[in-house]
Amino acid sequence: MRLADTLRFARDAATGYPMRTTLSILAMSIGVAAVVILTALGDGARRYVVGQFSSLGTNLVIVLPGRSGTGGFNPANAITSTPRDLTVDDAASLKRLPGARRVAPLAVGTSEINYGGKLREVMVAGSTAEFIPIRNFELAQGKALPEEDWNRGSSVAIIGAKIRDELFASEAALGQLIRLGDRRLRIIGVLKSTGQGLGMNTDELVIVPVSLAQSMFNSNTLFRIMIEANTRDAIPATKEQVLELLKQRHRGEEDVTVITQDAVLATFDKLLGALTLGVAGIAAISLAVAGILVMNVMLVAVTQRTGEIGLLKALGATARTIRFAFLAEAAMLSAVGALVGYLLGQLGAFALRQFFPVFPAYPPDWAVIAGLSTALATGLLFGVMPARRAAQLDPVQALMKR
Amino acid sequence: MALIELSGIERSFLLGDTTVHALAGLNLQIAAGEYVAVMGPSGSGKSTLLNLLGLLDRPNAGTYKLEGRDVTTLSPEEQATVRSTRIGFVFQSFHLVPRLSAAENIALPMTLAGIPSAERDKRVSQALKDFGLENRADHKPDQLSGGQRQRVAIARATIMQPALILADEPTGNLDRHTGEEVINLLEALNARGVTLIVVTHDQSMGARARRQLVMEDGQLKSDSRTTT
Repeated sequence: MRLADTLRFARDAATGYPMRTTLSILAMSIGVAAVVILTALGDGARRYVVGQFSSLGTNLVIVLPGRSGTGGFNPANAITSTPRDLTVDDAASLKRLPGARRVAPLAVGTSEINYGGKLREVMVAGSTAEFIPIRNFELAQGKALPEEDWNRGSSVAIIGAKIRDELFASEAALGQLIRLGDRRLRIIGVLKSTGQGLGMNTDELVIVPVSLAQSMFNSNTLFRIMIEANTRDAIPATKEQVLELLKQRHRGEEDVTVITQDAVLATFDKLLGALTLGVAGIAAISLAVAGILVMNVMLVAVTQRTGEIGLLKALGATARTIRFAFLAEAAMLSAVGALVGYLLGQLGAFALRQFFPVFPAYPPDWAVIAGLSTALATGLLFGVMPARRAAQLDPVQALMKR
Repeated sequence: MALIELSGIERSFLLGDTTVHALAGLNLQIAAGEYVAVMGPSGSGKSTLLNLLGLLDRPNAGTYKLEGRDVTTLSPEEQATVRSTRIGFVFQSFHLVPRLSAAENIALPMTLAGIPSAERDKRVSQALKDFGLENRADHKPDQLSGGQRQRVAIARATIMQPALILADEPTGNLDRHTGEEVINLLEALNARGVTLIVVTHDQSMGARARRQLVMEDGQLKSDSRTTT
């Protein structure tokens, strides 16, 4: 039998029994749609988290006081057991490193802000002029912290959008004097509203010069030092340089931890990638179930069409021809099911994106390809058994049945 | 040379614990162009004989030579080819594929044999004309009368121009008048040189054949020829 004839014969056979054809296509399409939608969700979550981390700033190297890693015995450890403070001078020294484009120290605390009788608790970040570009913040009004000696803090502040709205409402905020803790500060800038993000909520943040924050909180140590490396490739080298320099400044003691945004990002990427894979695996089970259903449907078809198979044999069809005809029918059912499922899945992912615009629910290519090919493979695999059964029917017995 | 040569054919079935000899030591020769009626009571082995002749079944012992070639030793694939090119079947219950039109049913043996569709269309339209089915070409079997269905089945049996037509009670599901028509068709084919073997219960129909075989208990009881 010619290929085109085999395909036409299989198509006619499938459309000749619309109910069972529709049901098996439906089962297959639900399986494929499940793979597409679930992986879209998983991969969407991954993209969302990675995107959030990237918004912290690009090519970041972050220094934390204290050591989290375990090192060998160092004579210096025996003498001083408390870690040295991470100071503003440490941060300033990092500016000389060749791999560092920008450096910003960060001291953090909470305080009360007070204007015109209105009072609220706020998060205070003490830093320098380059803090805003490093963290990819943007100013809605005014200007950044002044470029000045890091140890001499002017009495100025930049406030978040929400604080501006609450304290000043429709009044102009720029140039106003506010009270922060026991200091009187002049507002020189307002941050653009960014909404909720990882790390700190910038809408409720007040940024002041680092030395001012340190004296407010009566502390010498910094919360973090943020370094922006020149390029992505320079991150590991910059990390080494930072560690080396700080070790020197701390008399050979490695009492800081340096993390890179890359490492954090890679971890999350891996974690959520595994999650997507797991979800895809669960969805694949439904594909296997659909495959078994196709097999069941084909077995019923063989029983239903026993007389026809006997006739085909009497008319000179070889076992091979009959096997191909039934296999083609099974393949057709799963192919159409897979295609319908793919479209349903894309539609579902589209609907998800419409309802949750921040969530990039796009199914990854590998999942779509794997889903479609698993559907076809299971359909064919489970089609083999019924096709063989049809080919092996005894024509005399088959013809007697009607 | 005889078209069909059966010698020492045995065919037995196992029914529960007992062995039933459907055919026992059958010897038979049928020449090309003969018109043979096979008669006998139910269970006499008529249908088994027909299935054997049509290569749908294999004997337990004995040889079957078709056109001088021993076909009992052929592989199932080769037997399928012989069925496709040399043998046409006509069944009591027509055995048309319900989802295919009359034209498609007639074309089915050619489709299975892989004949190109242009050639198929040519032969089918000729066959539709020959069997008076021109305006029934696109009808499905359930839109046809019994006589029309059997005519489609006969057209299908002859479309590959076989040497042998095996008919199993071809008029069994038809009234007398349409049965007569169908028999006339088959006889017309025989007149053109096709060997015709008909299994029937109907004495009057059997009497029309030039040679009558009467079977009983798997053996040939009588073999008579009508001289016309």
